[in-house]
Amino acid sequence: MTRGTIDKIAGPLVVADGMKDARMYDLVYVSDYKLIGEIIELKGEKASIQVYEETGGLKPGDPVEATGKPLSVELGPGLVTAIYDGIQRPLDEIRKEAGDWITRGIGIRGLDHAKEWDFIPVAAVGLNVTGGEVLGEVPETNIITHRIMVPPEVSGEIVWMSEAGKFNIDTIIAKLKISDGSILELPMYHNWPVRKPRPIAEKKAPEEPLITGQRVIDAFFPLGKGGTACVPGPFGSGKTVIQHQLAKWADAEMVIYVGCGERGNEMTDVLQEFPELEDPKSGEPLINRTVLVANTSNMPVAAREASVYTGITIGEYFRDMGYSVALMADSTSRWAEAMREMSGRLEEMPGEEGYPAYLGTRIAEFYERAGNVKCRGGDRNGALTVVGAVSPAGGDLSDPVVQATLRVVKVFWSLQAKLAYARHFPAIGWLDSYSLYTDNLKEYYDKALGPEWVPMVKEAISLLQREANLLEIARLVGAESLSPEDQLILFTARSLREDFLHQNAFHEVDTYTSIVKQKLMMEVIMHTNAEMRKAIRGSVSPGDLFELPLKEEIARMSYIPEDHLDDIEAIKEHVNSQINDLIEKEQTA
Amino acid sequence: MIREYTTTVEISGPLMLVDGVEGVAYEELVEIELPDGEIRHGKVLEIDSRMALVQLFEGSSGTGIAESKVRFLGKQVELGVSEEMLGRVFDGQGRPRAPFDTAPPIVPEKMKNINGAPINPYARDYPAEFIQTGFSSIDGINTLVRGQKLPVFSGSGLPHSAVAAQIARQARVVGEGESFAVVFAAMGITFEEADYFIRDFRKTGAMDRAVVFMNLASDPAIERISTPRMALTAAEYLAYEKDMHILVILTDMTNYCDALREISAARKEVPGRRGYPGYLYTDLSSIYERAGRIKGRKGSITQIPILTMPEDDKTHPIPDLTGYITEGQLILNRELHKKGIYPPMDVMESLSRLKDKGIGKGKTREDHADLFNQLMAAYSAGKDSRELAVILGAAALSPLDQKYLKFAEEYENRYISQGEHENRNIEETLDLGWELLKLLPRDEMKRIDPARLDKYWPVSEEDGPG
Repeated sequence: MTRGTIDKIAGPLVVADGMKDARMYDLVYVSDYKLIGEIIELKGEKASIQVYEETGGLKPGDPVEATGKPLSVELGPGLVTAIYDGIQRPLDEIRKEAGDWITRGIGIRGLDHAKEWDFIPVAAVGLNVTGGEVLGEVPETNIITHRIMVPPEVSGEIVWMSEAGKFNIDTIIAKLKISDGSILELPMYHNWPVRKPRPIAEKKAPEEPLITGQRVIDAFFPLGKGGTACVPGPFGSGKTVIQHQLAKWADAEMVIYVGCGERGNEMTDVLQEFPELEDPKSGEPLINRTVLVANTSNMPVAAREASVYTGITIGEYFRDMGYSVALMADSTSRWAEAMREMSGRLEEMPGEEGYPAYLGTRIAEFYERAGNVKCRGGDRNGALTVVGAVSPAGGDLSDPVVQATLRVVKVFWSLQAKLAYARHFPAIGWLDSYSLYTDNLKEYYDKALGPEWVPMVKEAISLLQREANLLEIARLVGAESLSPEDQLILFTARSLREDFLHQNAFHEVDTYTSIVKQKLMMEVIMHTNAEMRKAIRGSVSPGDLFELPLKEEIARMSYIPEDHLDDIEAIKEHVNSQINDLIEKEQTA
Repeated sequence: MIREYTTTVEISGPLMLVDGVEGVAYEELVEIELPDGEIRHGKVLEIDSRMALVQLFEGSSGTGIAESKVRFLGKQVELGVSEEMLGRVFDGQGRPRAPFDTAPPIVPEKMKNINGAPINPYARDYPAEFIQTGFSSIDGINTLVRGQKLPVFSGSGLPHSAVAAQIARQARVVGEGESFAVVFAAMGITFEEADYFIRDFRKTGAMDRAVVFMNLASDPAIERISTPRMALTAAEYLAYEKDMHILVILTDMTNYCDALREISAARKEVPGRRGYPGYLYTDLSSIYERAGRIKGRKGSITQIPILTMPEDDKTHPIPDLTGYITEGQLILNRELHKKGIYPPMDVMESLSRLKDKGIGKGKTREDHADLFNQLMAAYSAGKDSRELAVILGAAALSPLDQKYLKFAEEYENRYISQGEHENRNIEETLDLGWELLKLLPRDEMKRIDPARLDKYWPVSEEDGPG
């Protein structure tokens, strides 16, 4: 263990002297408060340390102690439902120990080492196992069975397995004879350094969509399980609401929510809401499949930098168990800013807008940890989907963080202030957003919704694109001067926008729409479009068509509950009869 | 142990470099004695084994390298607090501020570090109690709740002071008679502006329940760094230790940020956008995030920071970063102001993120959320019609567009606009919303749940006039 002394303090950066034997990214304890820090630069005997806690009151000469180990998280039963700060300290335990405000030098471990869990062995003595092989299972919540795996980078022959029983996580549940002949005892948890991706057997392209229940996403810009998406937008455009909606309704088996440098009240919202909300699939409280990492904006900036890594490492761990995991990071801009702040304090040569030159590399490395994978040690598939919110300065998409992110992610949900002001939510722009997974997912959608779905969506998108062009003309000459068929395009596009794309996150029915209902809704709109076009070609006045009461019925589709989907189907009949009545009326007139 | 040094080697801007120091801690409070006996204050910004970089709160004018005596006081910057603070006016460092306050200093009950500590997110209670401000444009559209931080984005020449004073005067939690106590921090504003607030507080009796911290335009700019922290320390004491509901008004945050930029420039740090330091976001959050409610504690802190946007530009770093931290923003609009509408609230661009939990059945009224959505959609459509009318002439608009145009006009003149002493209750605001919606055809009410629409606008009722 290396011991040195503080030489200099500037904000979250502490320089320590006498650290010759320390290594990069080693965890260190600073001063007698035992503040946690990480070495981010070594020069001769001097080590620059980013400190994860407030540095006020530290003095030159105070002791610094390097542990010789990198910053790691504890992985084992007890993760689900937890709320951690950026370096995996449980915030509920911190409150018990320190009160309502976060004070310094609180050394609490990530997992509860006293709590006992029901352990059921799966592996048998005599088996040769490698990293990732499942040794046993712990039913952690009603939805999540925690698979206790051989730690990555460990392999050997099982020489002893524990019986089933109730144990705490320190209990040895298996003994391995490893290559050098020695015996390795394995407890129910292991540590893993946060900055190192956990190994996998094989990476595959996403084949299934992550169903989110959000119409604009599932229908227009779907995200594949194991894929990556980015949601940039100015403040007030609804980034956080989208992230919350995904965390609530996405059909992932585990959700990791990283609140990185954002508002304290938003985390409180999640904390109070998730135990009450039900997972639409299992009917269990959502919190039973959630891990929260909360490093709010006023908590130490260096821990904010670590929080996304803490989150993604926990995500990878559940992926390795064979689960489909979704990680939401809100917001990656705050993470980038934390990097910028540390870089500035290190007096590194700045790149664009003061961000360090390695910004793009770090962002790419982070998103590359997502994936649809074949897990190691057994025949399991897992997926880790990553959705990052970006908060560009002034809402300007030329922001370095946005640009570096767009280079790596496959789905871009472009949030637009203009839509938000018109209270069109989710404010995802339909003209410039994209998903590069549409082709990969076609097979799934063809099977789930029939081969007509993908072409129907394409037609809807092209209608909206034509609307944008027509609106410009209409602005100059007035909508009435457009040809009847163009007027119909405007009518249908408006219906698509207001009755399909617009979705109220705070309405109990509208907040989640199954893909079956999405298809029915879109069918009604496109069916109406087709019938009206026929009528217009039979020279019915478009003005009369657009005044038909069917409009109101279509507008209410989104509020029809999932168990009354026949009511949506029935709208098509009403549309037919109303249009036919009108045709008859005009013919007799 | 107090250590005194006369080894200052450099003074530049608000910074002082002291050599040969020993045992000095980061962020320690510093006292500088000038040859004429004047005492100035500062804090340690950076420290290494030999040198301490000290930031001077009152600026460096008149300090010299040779004659200044620098004392390190062995503690961080603190504010003495007690309930006696109510009704008093202090300067940016917590001393009574003449000419507004000539009474002797308070006797502190305890000393508190002005930097505070971050509230554990797990200890927070979600703000959900509706605050009635008496403004329709706030209560109906951008609802404020207890424990929220909702800034006012204004521009020079706009009536943000009047709006803030009116909120301070009228803010109530419905059902509870108790009004808010106000902690007011002025940073770099003029004497006249400050005087306006103090007179308004005195006139309405609010002064007895107010604590004022005042750093005027003529006071040292650097003192502005500590002014909001002093104010929030007082607010935290009153809210969490004395169970009071506190409304904190901070004005003008733009001056605060400029002071921060001054220090950053003096330290020769790599500048971020428009010369502001890269840590502006982190620094602002350490102020704004001190708003909130805590489980098991009765009091609360609601924050209304005011900032003037240079050139009314919302993408300027100060409003931009503020908007990313605060729970929404109230934006004042110059065009509306010129039309004579008070408050000139830009309801489209304004936003209250916490309103959803603060409105609805049991809080305001069940129809509030739907009504809000419909009003916003209708006003947006009305503004589109207005734009169209500019190009085509009002006569060329379709009958529906004309109705929307009429709606937009009425909405601005009757809903947004109100008197400086008009205090509308929430029922009045909601009913006014329905009255205005009836200017439009009933089948345009797409954002309203059908059952609610039937209740508040029965089918039997004919479409409104026009």
